[in-house]
Amino acid sequence: MSANVHSEFFIEVSGLQKRFGEQQVLRGVDLKIRRGETMVILGQSGEGKSVILKHLIGLMTPDSGSILVDGVETVGLSERQLRPIRKKVGILFQDGALFDSMTVAENVAFPLMEEGIRDLKVLLERVREVLSVVGLEEHMAKMPINISGGMRKRVALARAVVSHPQCILYDEPTAGLDPIVADSIDHLINRLEEQFQITSIVVTHDMKSMNTIADRVAILRDGKIYFLGTPDELNALEDESIQNFIHGRSHESLKANV
Amino acid sequence: MVASFRVSFMGGFFKFLGRGTLSFLSYLGQLADLVREMVVAACCGMPRLNLTGRQIVAVGFGSQTVVIVTGAFTGAVFAAQSYFKFSDLGLATGVGPVVSIAMCRELGPVLTGLMVAGRVGASMAAEIGTMKVTEQIDALRSMGVHPVDYLVMPRAIGTMISMPLLVAESIGFGLLASHVIVVYFFGVPSAWYDDQVVANTELEDISIGMIKGFAFGWLIVLISCNQGLRAKNGAVGVGQATTNAVVQSSLAILITNLFLSFILNYFFPLGSGNY
Repeated sequence: MSANVHSEFFIEVSGLQKRFGEQQVLRGVDLKIRRGETMVILGQSGEGKSVILKHLIGLMTPDSGSILVDGVETVGLSERQLRPIRKKVGILFQDGALFDSMTVAENVAFPLMEEGIRDLKVLLERVREVLSVVGLEEHMAKMPINISGGMRKRVALARAVVSHPQCILYDEPTAGLDPIVADSIDHLINRLEEQFQITSIVVTHDMKSMNTIADRVAILRDGKIYFLGTPDELNALEDESIQNFIHGRSHESLKANV
Repeated sequence: MVASFRVSFMGGFFKFLGRGTLSFLSYLGQLADLVREMVVAACCGMPRLNLTGRQIVAVGFGSQTVVIVTGAFTGAVFAAQSYFKFSDLGLATGVGPVVSIAMCRELGPVLTGLMVAGRVGASMAAEIGTMKVTEQIDALRSMGVHPVDYLVMPRAIGTMISMPLLVAESIGFGLLASHVIVVYFFGVPSAWYDDQVVANTELEDISIGMIKGFAFGWLIVLISCNQGLRAKNGAVGVGQATTNAVVQSSLAILITNLFLSFILNYFFPLGSGNY
């Protein structure tokens, strides 16, 4: 389980396949994510973008394929063997997945306490610092049920970044947020990349966000990576279906324009 | 035609039987897997004293009302019914020992087990199930925290500590209530009744109740946490997990009780032991 620290890539996925019942969701995904880069994964709803994220952190087991995280093969590892890998990778879930029996501050402090930090002063300082970044310092004592969906997502983001993991997986970080907060989240992702060289993998449908944060973009289609390149290469691509996706043009609006 | 109907009926019957057996074996496998994880957690997991303390309060202190009321009213009604019949036969002195033995060996542990299965088992399955369907368990796992370490072990230790004490409490209140009924309602002399109860109740009888309580606590935790951890399909799934937890825990308690009674009676025989 020794990490290959010299590898250019923090995550290497090859031949990833996953089936749920009759539905073959992933049909051989190959993807390499460089250290410190922000990779955005795009694709229509139900294509399996979140499924890829969950595989990267071992929350799902693939039917076949290989996943190397920081040089360590994670496929086949037990829940307890995955612990060191999971310490390096944080995840922001689509719906936040905050612990509803804990306050906002307790949720954010949880990863730190699991690291063994027990000094209340240190905990409070770290929690305040990260909550002020997402603009929720004054809501520390509230329960998750008593704050809005957008605020919950920001708390979840604070919880994902508080322990400074080497890589953060974002599952639709800006969905359900107003444009200003969404923009501040994008800048936060960029800041984390610049300051701490954090590797980020972002699943999103937000094209503005994609153009702001992405170093590279992958498009998932039919269970495989259909396109991999920079945002500029994507925007310049002469592929009608991709252009329709980027500009949000449905069949109905295309027919109406004809 | 009759022959073909018979063949297809028999085929369907064996298919049903086979599926049922396989599903039961797979369920036992799930429970065995959870036990294995609990053993690993006990050996290498981080002890979580704060959470365990909270569970002792939730299971032990939180079950006070149901356990006291169940124990007291069961003891009272059992004493009254026994007295009605025994006094006809001129055996009123036998009421105390019968109530005591029944409360210690059977009614105390079984009824406490059933009440705790309803109250605590349902709550465990619902809490863990809700965490499962809202991805909170995935969030735990993503932070390197094993759900069995964090969710199951504190509940298991809390229930293991609480259940024998709850059973003892139930037995105590049952005997107290039977005393009130027999002495104050039916006029049996207090000293006589108490003397009969004390003379015919052994420490082994109370031990049997507490051992059964411990075993039933295991069953409740194992079944309810397993249901919670495997909950799916949103609110409906959580509801189903909760119902399954209560029904399966209750059935397991009743069935296990029969076998435990025979096994424990071998070690702590009641009467002559010739049966």
